[in-house]
Amino acid sequence: MIAIERSLDTPRWQRIALPVVSLVIAAIIAGIVLVLSGHNPISTYQQIYAASFTSPGALTSTFVYATPLLFTGLAVAIAFRMRVWNIGGEGQLYAGAVAASGVGLALGSWPQPLLIVMMMLGGVAAGALWALIPGLLRAYLRTNEILTSLMLNYVAGFGMYFLIYDSDSFWRDLTTATARVFPTGKTLLPAATWPGFVFGSFTLPFGFVAGVVLALFLLALFRLTRFGFEMRVMGDSPSAANYAGMRTRRTIVAVMALSGALAGFGGASQIGDFGHVLDPRGLEQAQYGYTGIVVAALALYNPLAVVIVAILIGALTNAGFALEGPSFPAGLVGTMEGIILFSVLGGEFLGRYRIRIGRTPQRAPIVGDDSGSLTVDS
Amino acid sequence: MNIRDVDPGAASAPAATAGPSPAVAAVGVTKRFAGGVVANDRVSFEARRGEVHALLGENGAGKTTLCNILTGLYRPDEGEIQIGGKPVRLHSPREAQVAGIFMVHQHLSLVESLTVAENVVLGWSRHRGFGFAARQVEAEIAEIASRFHMDVDPRAKIWQLSLGERQRVDILKALYRGASILILDEPTTVLTPAETEQLFSSVRELVAGGGTVVFISHKLPEVLAIAQRVTILRKGHSITTVDVAATDARQLARLMVGHEMSFEVTPRATEAASEAAAPPAVLELDHVTAHGNFGTEAVKDVVLTVHAGEIVGIAGVAGNGQRELAEVVAGLRPFSHGSIRYAGERVAPGDPRAVIDRRVAYIPEDRMGTGVSPDLSVSENLLLKSYRRGAPHTGPILLMRQANAQAVQLMERFDIRAPGPQTLVRQLSGGNVQKVVLARELSSQPGVVVAASPTRGLDVGATEYVHRVLVDAAARGAGVLLISEDLDEIIELADRIAVLYEGRVVGVVEASHATYEQLGLMMAGAGTAAGTAAGAAT
Repeated sequence: MIAIERSLDTPRWQRIALPVVSLVIAAIIAGIVLVLSGHNPISTYQQIYAASFTSPGALTSTFVYATPLLFTGLAVAIAFRMRVWNIGGEGQLYAGAVAASGVGLALGSWPQPLLIVMMMLGGVAAGALWALIPGLLRAYLRTNEILTSLMLNYVAGFGMYFLIYDSDSFWRDLTTATARVFPTGKTLLPAATWPGFVFGSFTLPFGFVAGVVLALFLLALFRLTRFGFEMRVMGDSPSAANYAGMRTRRTIVAVMALSGALAGFGGASQIGDFGHVLDPRGLEQAQYGYTGIVVAALALYNPLAVVIVAILIGALTNAGFALEGPSFPAGLVGTMEGIILFSVLGGEFLGRYRIRIGRTPQRAPIVGDDSGSLTVDS
Repeated sequence: MNIRDVDPGAASAPAATAGPSPAVAAVGVTKRFAGGVVANDRVSFEARRGEVHALLGENGAGKTTLCNILTGLYRPDEGEIQIGGKPVRLHSPREAQVAGIFMVHQHLSLVESLTVAENVVLGWSRHRGFGFAARQVEAEIAEIASRFHMDVDPRAKIWQLSLGERQRVDILKALYRGASILILDEPTTVLTPAETEQLFSSVRELVAGGGTVVFISHKLPEVLAIAQRVTILRKGHSITTVDVAATDARQLARLMVGHEMSFEVTPRATEAASEAAAPPAVLELDHVTAHGNFGTEAVKDVVLTVHAGEIVGIAGVAGNGQRELAEVVAGLRPFSHGSIRYAGERVAPGDPRAVIDRRVAYIPEDRMGTGVSPDLSVSENLLLKSYRRGAPHTGPILLMRQANAQAVQLMERFDIRAPGPQTLVRQLSGGNVQKVVLARELSSQPGVVVAASPTRGLDVGATEYVHRVLVDAAARGAGVLLISEDLDEIIELADRIAVLYEGRVVGVVEASHATYEQLGLMMAGAGTAAGTAAGAAT
């Protein structure tokens, strides 16, 4: 018999063992799926590992996918930790991409370092402003930020499409006849390209390094500063925060803006590091904003763990695209991501319980008597 | 069903010396928690069939942990639990319930939108399939309810019921499910005196029928009134078990705290107020009106002044605007009319930070939900109000190492018992949580102290401590507004007593002239302060 029981005291070793065991279980379940779909799980895992890390160019590609997830993951982690449910990372990333590409196009003649800084600032500001809308509504009118931030994703998406497909906007390339028929965005000048860190054949994107620095900054902000202290109190007990005289509404707005700024930075990095052109369709299909929620959840909202999880999910995504073909089913990577999420969150849940395997406990004798039997006879 | 269930093998239990059969026993139970807290250290006790057995102890003595072990929520590190004299291993509350042990918690677990009957069978229906035979269950519940003198309508929805009635539903739930051993965790905290009497009559009926009730309390009069035997817990140890018939309140109190207590209620001498020239007013409420949570006026036209060095008590039956009044003074609840001055300065309504900056300390009624941030450490909770200015910092960085050092000093000064400054407040007992609040609020030399039910749920020792700290604050020149439902406490501490009835101050009397009768009448809305000290209101 297997029994699941609630446990009130969680040993410390569980915090490390749980995610590891969960990942192993995920690999086993995914292995069963592979066997059932006629694949050899061992060789498939080897293929995935190679496509993620060891084959030529694989590691670079992995970081291409990991970088935006790092930003959107941080954006979600910082907000959710404070119980501000910003689901709008997707739209805030779009806003950042629109602004950064606009800045990159407009200031193309500026010196490169200044231009790059301006692109970053543009992306950060646009993401923050886009997040301020649900933030202010939540803080001052008590609207549900889950709904407002989610809906604003669609608004941002349509806005982005409008700029390229439905208008002769500043972002749209109108120079050639082909571009007039098949709308695309203007490509940025080489000066607007963010320099990566090259180690032989491996290029570490500038944005990823910036993201790691930001993760460390967020951790320090959270643990060391007065603002971080306010955030922790509010995330733990809103009424205690109010009692302590904290300006809770302002902090909600600030956290929302910070979260949006991080996602907006991710959008800027999409333009500066990788795309160099505003590509609505590509950004929308990538769904970095929503995947960021998965990344943050798997990282249990810890900024440093977000870095690691972003690399892992980035690797998996990269392998999925690299291996997709007749012998490797397209949906497999998505399935595996789902299985991993399920088992890690399931493990986290079960960690609050203890599992006992053994025989059914003996029924202890129940003492009672006729006159005052407390049981209702059955 | 007869005593047939008692296993002859049970005679091996240590309880076999006593004639009556043992119902439930803990033998040498030890429970340690992470961080070095030993909540139970070789605790033993045994409750017999047909007896009310009280577990008496201060907050933090280990009562709650012991009950969590008895109900299968925790497993003991050492020792064992016996039911009917036989050792059992309980792995979950469900198993404990199958064995007949049910606990009625202070915080009841009922579904508000369901009826009494639905709550009783929830998750326990003996009927197969979906739905249940409502009529039959209702009839069964009504039958149990009448047998145990519990006046409850099985068809009422929980949200319609008072706290006392809800507690009865929780007890009914246990009885319906076959409880033979009922653990009541400080059941009278939420009850009115009349409801307490009713509960006691149900409990007596229950044990008369062979049931066992484990009654957890730190209120001596209740224990003396209802229990046959008492086991005293102190600092995780079971000190002794005594027959109620052979003891008295004084002895129990001594066993509980480990030293003799003074029980005399001595009104605080008010010579200071009369001899000196009138000290300055530190808190002035001028015709203050404020709304409650449901939009009704909870505080009506209150005029009240607290002077430096003075303790003003607010007496009243619960729910007459005390909570709202405290929140208004602390800036947590906006007021719609009137004005409040702190040391002569006016503050905009509903601005807690401005009030804090006027050196107003507030000890809130809901200490765990409002007074502390439970998932933060003791040292961080001590910074809760000073982190903006007073706490050690450079620029925006808080210097936690220095803050921890300061916290250690405060822990010593305010006798906060925790393994260290980094212990999470969530892990502390109620009394120690209140000491954290007191240490934070009173260590900053406040000009005004607002204390809302500061001793509710605390044991004798902690209560005495809180009283001393409040008197000290007044002696150092603070004006103290003490809001309490405990009339003894108010008479003992206050210089003047204002009585709240339906949100209004119906009278202010000098404590030295106050009588229980007069205050009681005023609290019931039947009397005024006329003739005694009406003029003292200013």
